[in-house]
Amino acid sequence: MKKIQAIIKPFKLDDAKQALAEIDVVGMTVSEVKGFGRQKGHSELYRGAEYVVDFLPKVQLEVVVPDDLVEKVTLALSEATRTGSIGDGKIFVIPVEAAVRIRTGERGDAALT
Amino acid sequence: MKRIVPVLLLAAGLLAPAVGFADDGVTPGQFTANNVWMMLAAGLVFIMHLGFATLESGLTRAKNTTNILFKNTFIVSIGILTYALCGFNLMYPGEFNGILGFAGLGLGAGYEPGANTVAYADGGYTYWTDFLFQAMFAATAATIVSGAVAERIKLSSFMIFSTIFVGLVYTIAGSWKWGGGWLDGMGFYDFAGSTLVHSVGGWGALAGVLLLGPRLGKYGKDGRITPIPGSNMPLAAMGVFLLWLGWFGFNGGSVLSADPAAVSFVLVTTCLAASAGCMIAIAVSWRFAGKPDLSMALNGILAGLVGITAGADTVGITSAVLIGGVAGGIVVFSVMFFDHIKIDDPVGAISVHLVCGIWGTLAVGIFSTNPAHSFVTQLIGVGAYGAFTFTSAFIIFGVIKLVMGLRVSEEEEIEGLDLSEHGMHAYDLAAGAGWLEQQTASGARVGAVPATQLATSEN
Repeated sequence: MKKIQAIIKPFKLDDAKQALAEIDVVGMTVSEVKGFGRQKGHSELYRGAEYVVDFLPKVQLEVVVPDDLVEKVTLALSEATRTGSIGDGKIFVIPVEAAVRIRTGERGDAALT
Repeated sequence: MKRIVPVLLLAAGLLAPAVGFADDGVTPGQFTANNVWMMLAAGLVFIMHLGFATLESGLTRAKNTTNILFKNTFIVSIGILTYALCGFNLMYPGEFNGILGFAGLGLGAGYEPGANTVAYADGGYTYWTDFLFQAMFAATAATIVSGAVAERIKLSSFMIFSTIFVGLVYTIAGSWKWGGGWLDGMGFYDFAGSTLVHSVGGWGALAGVLLLGPRLGKYGKDGRITPIPGSNMPLAAMGVFLLWLGWFGFNGGSVLSADPAAVSFVLVTTCLAASAGCMIAIAVSWRFAGKPDLSMALNGILAGLVGITAGADTVGITSAVLIGGVAGGIVVFSVMFFDHIKIDDPVGAISVHLVCGIWGTLAVGIFSTNPAHSFVTQLIGVGAYGAFTFTSAFIIFGVIKLVMGLRVSEEEEIEGLDLSEHGMHAYDLAAGAGWLEQQTASGARVGAVPATQLATSEN
């Protein structure tokens, strides 16, 4: 099992969700985060004084999948959320030791699907 | 706006019925109409407190909103009370030496014969209307200070200052002109209070801000200015519109009757000045502050209103536009200037009320159609009010600072005055409890659970 953690541009969330649904991955967890990589912040003006905003709003999408789906999911997410400009984000793949479906007690891959 | 001693009017009024007319040819119907308008005007000036409360809330941070609202709530109440106790009679002492006079404690004069008849004020309004209308003005002057000292002044210190300021400083200063004092005798003119209300408030604000210091993190080394943006632009905009609405009463009521020609003219000059102030502020902020800044446009409206307040009844239409427009330009530069010299004014109160109040007063000397008004006299008035008000405010704030401190601690300022001074958020009141506590509260259901917590637990 692997956790696929994608940090993407917020307006790309719908595209990501749809791409995952098309390959039958339906569960995910989403959080609102802030961050930056190479994408610089922007400046704002208030009553004549300028200030720079470094941290940009991003969305972090997490989904845990069986090992055989990792490549497919990573590809689908990349393509769905790519705009071509700086700030598109990154995807990380993290090993997961165990998974439990709380309602039934199922473990392992059975808990994921 | 010269006020004649009630006694003289009383005598005239008692004789008048013998002639078959009410005082000054004012019929009972006209008296009622006048008084109704004046009472409505008092209500409109009251609306300005709504305006100040919302404007200040919008231009400051959410963590201080309860504190701002509390100060505004306090000021209008203490303003009216002190005015009833002593303020009205300090400001309108009747016959006095021109500098300091007192007509006695309380509002007893309101019960004297003729006080509430057409005899009282040329048939313009009753004693009670007079008191209330003026009381609203007094509270307005005090509330100007609250915006400038926001986000870092200690609540108790502010409450003490504003009580003394509205009770004694505003009133004694006001007696010099509207109470028939020495400046009135000199020919100084302030139709509705560019000096008496707005600059007085502005001087108090300046004194406070100088002794208080800027908000934490506002100014850095090498002249860096860190903006501290407001929390709610809709509230700020609504606040300014409410203030504009209130000005219909502020200037319209300063005619002191419902005289159709005078009141309708004054309302027009007032609105023209506000509009011109807005347009020039937009142009200037766009050109010199980088972008069309909403808060500057809003300040521009207020600047125009403050600017026209001294001469709304004695300047021409074109002059009104000019006065308002110039004020709109001045205010933008003034806001940036004060930031440049590290005087932190979260809402621009000093720029709007002091600087444009001075402009409006001097503008009477330039634009007035009345040859009795002179620039020099206006200047003397500005200087006199500045010297007295600023010095008094500085001393009061200074003593408070020495005795009990003026400013909250650094931790309190960072945490937000809502929590440190009031123990209560302004928004999302249950948020302070944290979602863990909310879950436990809903599960345990011990005692009454506040509605906000119930709503969250059902999610």
